[in-house]
Amino acid sequence: MPDFPRRGSWLVALLTAVAIPSVLAQGSAVDEIAKYRAALQDGNPAELWEARGEELWKQKRGPRQVSMEQCDLGLGAGVVKGAYARLPRYFADADRVMDLETRLVWCMVAQQGYTEADAKKSPFGNGNARKSDIEALVAYITSESRGVPMNVSLAHPKEAAMYRIGEKMFYFRGGPHDFGCVTCHGEDGKRIRLQDLPNLTKLEGAQKAYTTWPAYRVSQGELRTFQWRLYDCFRQQRFPELLYGSDASIALTMFLARNANGAAFDAPAIKR
Amino acid sequence: MKLGRSVIVIGLALVPLGCAIAPSNDQIASQATAMLQASFKATGQAGLDRLNQDETQRVCSELAPGKAPAKEVAEKIEKLNLATIRYPADGKLLGDWKNGEKIAQEGRGKQFSDDIAGPVGANCYACHQLTPQELSFGTIGPSLYQFAKLRGYGADTQRYAYGKIFNADAFAACSTMPRFGHNQILTEQQIKDVTALLMDPQSPVNK
Repeated sequence: MPDFPRRGSWLVALLTAVAIPSVLAQGSAVDEIAKYRAALQDGNPAELWEARGEELWKQKRGPRQVSMEQCDLGLGAGVVKGAYARLPRYFADADRVMDLETRLVWCMVAQQGYTEADAKKSPFGNGNARKSDIEALVAYITSESRGVPMNVSLAHPKEAAMYRIGEKMFYFRGGPHDFGCVTCHGEDGKRIRLQDLPNLTKLEGAQKAYTTWPAYRVSQGELRTFQWRLYDCFRQQRFPELLYGSDASIALTMFLARNANGAAFDAPAIKR
Repeated sequence: MKLGRSVIVIGLALVPLGCAIAPSNDQIASQATAMLQASFKATGQAGLDRLNQDETQRVCSELAPGKAPAKEVAEKIEKLNLATIRYPADGKLLGDWKNGEKIAQEGRGKQFSDDIAGPVGANCYACHQLTPQELSFGTIGPSLYQFAKLRGYGADTQRYAYGKIFNADAFAACSTMPRFGHNQILTEQQIKDVTALLMDPQSPVNK
């Protein structure tokens, strides 16, 4: 297998060398970073996660030695094409609104016979040191929605309620720093340091942000899922640790995914 | 705004959704609170008590994005927070601006992943421009370059700067800026040092 972290480090070194010599005024530093981001689009290591995910999807695994091809992601057993663009959604068999990652865990438990603890053991990988099966599955399944318009439904009362709860959580300010999602993602044209922040309260910002996750993060040499995105935002908000697949994570995902409706899904992406 | 929202909620409640009635705004709010409590775990220094909002946080969570609270609400929040500000007993508000610069650069502190014995910074540059040497600054807050050069170096401005860092909501209700003194993010000495970064004539902020 190629050494992803090394490739990541090399790209970070390139960024440092090319984009931020101290003599540059900030405006041109921002321009250089934009060029760097454009250059990144040439090749995306996420493809390696996608390939591994497709194998994992088709392989007979777990105590019951069955593949995930009986897993219903909302469009029928085994249908992957376009499924992610309609998630989260209500699943009658689980009587719960689920995002992709929660649904994968559910299928691993209900169909492959894993314990929930085993299925959730390694949701976030760490380069070659610790690979995450869920990240790979997410990369594969989301890649099968590339180009498909986001179309998240609120027709079921539990879906509608999750959306409204997620909206509340977006504006919920707490912790020692009084931070909420809205602190960084409630206005146009803001930055943290040099990092642009999408305004998730506007259609354009919500669409651009949601449709570009999951993403290969060059700085981490890892493919990161939407659960990871929320987990790490809450860490920086100084909240306690977000539980993987928790209802709060699904409610927020529902709020953001629904707000992206109409935009073509465009991930796995590549980000700094 | 509060009234407007209630009217909308009543309106929604009268529209049958299939056979279910949409929950009220209050019901959704209490479901959200319960869901948050069940969705996090205490890790390191970050306990679940961090999910319990004080009055300022609760009121400010009701605002539409980018909107300031209504005048009466803002006055109440500002009064409440003004009462929390403790100025140093020795009367000296300015520390060492060089330490202040380090504190302004430091992003660690209070995260569940941070060492409780490790550094705690103010991370000012995440949101503000300060010294002209640092190009990597954010724009969530206003530029503070030439803070005292523009406002004067006098005692009143010093008191304002110290108080603003201690509790920003005392001067602008529902500010996005953390209340560094009130919530015990920074020590008194650290607040003095950051105040010096803004106020000292020798600080590069004022060059």
